[in-house]
Amino acid sequence: MSAPQAIVAMTRRLPRWTRILLLLSPALLVVGVFFVAGVVQGVAQSFGYQPFLPGYQLSFDAYRQLWTDPAVRASLLLTARVAVVSTFSAASLGVTAALLIRRLGRSRGLASGLLQANLAVPHLVGALAILLLLSQGGLLARLTHAAGLTAGPASFPALTADRFGWGIIAEYVWKETPFLGVIALAALSRGIDDLEKVARTLGASRWQQLRHLTLPLLAAPVAAGSILVFAFAAGSYEVPYLLGRPYPATLPVVAFQGYRNTDLTARPEAMAVAVLITVLTATIVTAYLTLVTRLSRRTI
Amino acid sequence: MRRGVLLALITGLLLPWIPLLIWAVSRQWRYPALLPQQYSGRGLRLLADPHTQILHGLLTSTVIAVTVAGLACLIGFPAGRAIGLYRFRGRRIVQFFLLAPVIVPGLAVTLGIQVFFIRYGLSDRITGVILVQLMPTVPYAATMLGGAFANYDIEYERQARMLGAGPVRVLLTVTIPLLRPAIALAALFAFLISWSEYVLTLLVGGGQVQTLPLLLFSAIGSPDTNAAAALALLVIGPPLLLVGLAARTLSNRSSATIGLARL
Repeated sequence: MSAPQAIVAMTRRLPRWTRILLLLSPALLVVGVFFVAGVVQGVAQSFGYQPFLPGYQLSFDAYRQLWTDPAVRASLLLTARVAVVSTFSAASLGVTAALLIRRLGRSRGLASGLLQANLAVPHLVGALAILLLLSQGGLLARLTHAAGLTAGPASFPALTADRFGWGIIAEYVWKETPFLGVIALAALSRGIDDLEKVARTLGASRWQQLRHLTLPLLAAPVAAGSILVFAFAAGSYEVPYLLGRPYPATLPVVAFQGYRNTDLTARPEAMAVAVLITVLTATIVTAYLTLVTRLSRRTI
Repeated sequence: MRRGVLLALITGLLLPWIPLLIWAVSRQWRYPALLPQQYSGRGLRLLADPHTQILHGLLTSTVIAVTVAGLACLIGFPAGRAIGLYRFRGRRIVQFFLLAPVIVPGLAVTLGIQVFFIRYGLSDRITGVILVQLMPTVPYAATMLGGAFANYDIEYERQARMLGAGPVRVLLTVTIPLLRPAIALAALFAFLISWSEYVLTLLVGGGQVQTLPLLLFSAIGSPDTNAAAALALLVIGPPLLLVGLAARTLSNRSSATIGLARL
């Protein structure tokens, strides 16, 4: 018996609990070391704790500053707005796309292939593409100029580096609509045709079918996907950095810039912002899990 | 009406690619011209120019992404087996524990442990970048393989063992071949997550580990739009190729795409 065989044979005879723990331990170690320790350290450092540095003082100062800082308030508002608008737009466009693509004949494969291809594109590339499309010297501004709608770059509305966050939203919607579309398409392909046939034989109109059968079936998986989109939109750094403006910036940009500040006293506040992002998204994880649990109970 | 809406959606999907493609092959494209004044292959030629370090970045990105994909599957496989095959108390908590890093933004979590990477000599190095990228990829691989193990029939293993196969042989000739599509997809997504990762690489790599996303980020900030657009085309090459190869398996597994929200 070779060495690995001996190990495997040994684990076979182990009690059930030990076996489960052994199987889980590498993954739990990774999550524990990076994720749990990261959260704990973030919270500790937001209270002023500094590992490897003597003479730190624990205090609530960072949170007090956070509360009074108008930049953080503006940032929270921008982050929430961008995440909410992007998520809802991507969800409704994704569902629309899925419903339309499903009815396609031969070109269905091509259309869903287009969606899938978009999924693999890194957000950084998306940010550059949106910049080249929407900026005041971009393709759209050139088109409106050629059509005689705008006189020059300045008369084209500022869609990137704007106050509202249109550019950031555009990138998220462009990237996440295919994601939610693919999820909706997959949900639609699971035996829904038969159910619709039943509904039709029972005399349901097209609208009734959509309202009472198709959309309720889509709700759970699309909502689960939307929560992921929301968390991503609220927590990603590079897209709002490239397409937004320095003030107000989204929470992740504020946290990262504060952390990289050469002034170490800015760190607790940066950590407090990071904790805020974590708490915000942790709430979302809970919502996600509740949804998934309900989803797995209600299998059709 | 239907066709019109669908056409509008597809146009919206494809429109951003047009300026990117044009910028990649143009030399001069001043506002308000609709088409470039001059075309040139300079942007694309810069990709192979040793001064731009792009080829080196391509190598760094590939090494990191392949290693991360391999490790994520290696660590995620046993965890997936435990979640998918066993019903034990606390299973839900473990699942929750494994899902949290998929959803909570990596940046917010990594800021707190960055000093430890410096302290233990892992920052500014490929090793540190690979380790930090395990955080978003391992939970994902474990969850996905857990889903595959849940639909896996353990009877095949029992029969192989009854016929006299040893545990290693069962693993290599029964378990892995049966789960190959799921393993391939988990590896693919771990690769894609790693390939697109920017902020964790910057935080731990300290700008010393120059992956393609880092080079692209600084190219976007530079005035040379041609170079940035050409580099963007290089960055999307491998992901598009891999997703194209996996297209068939992908369309049969909806749950798998959940992980792509992280990209």
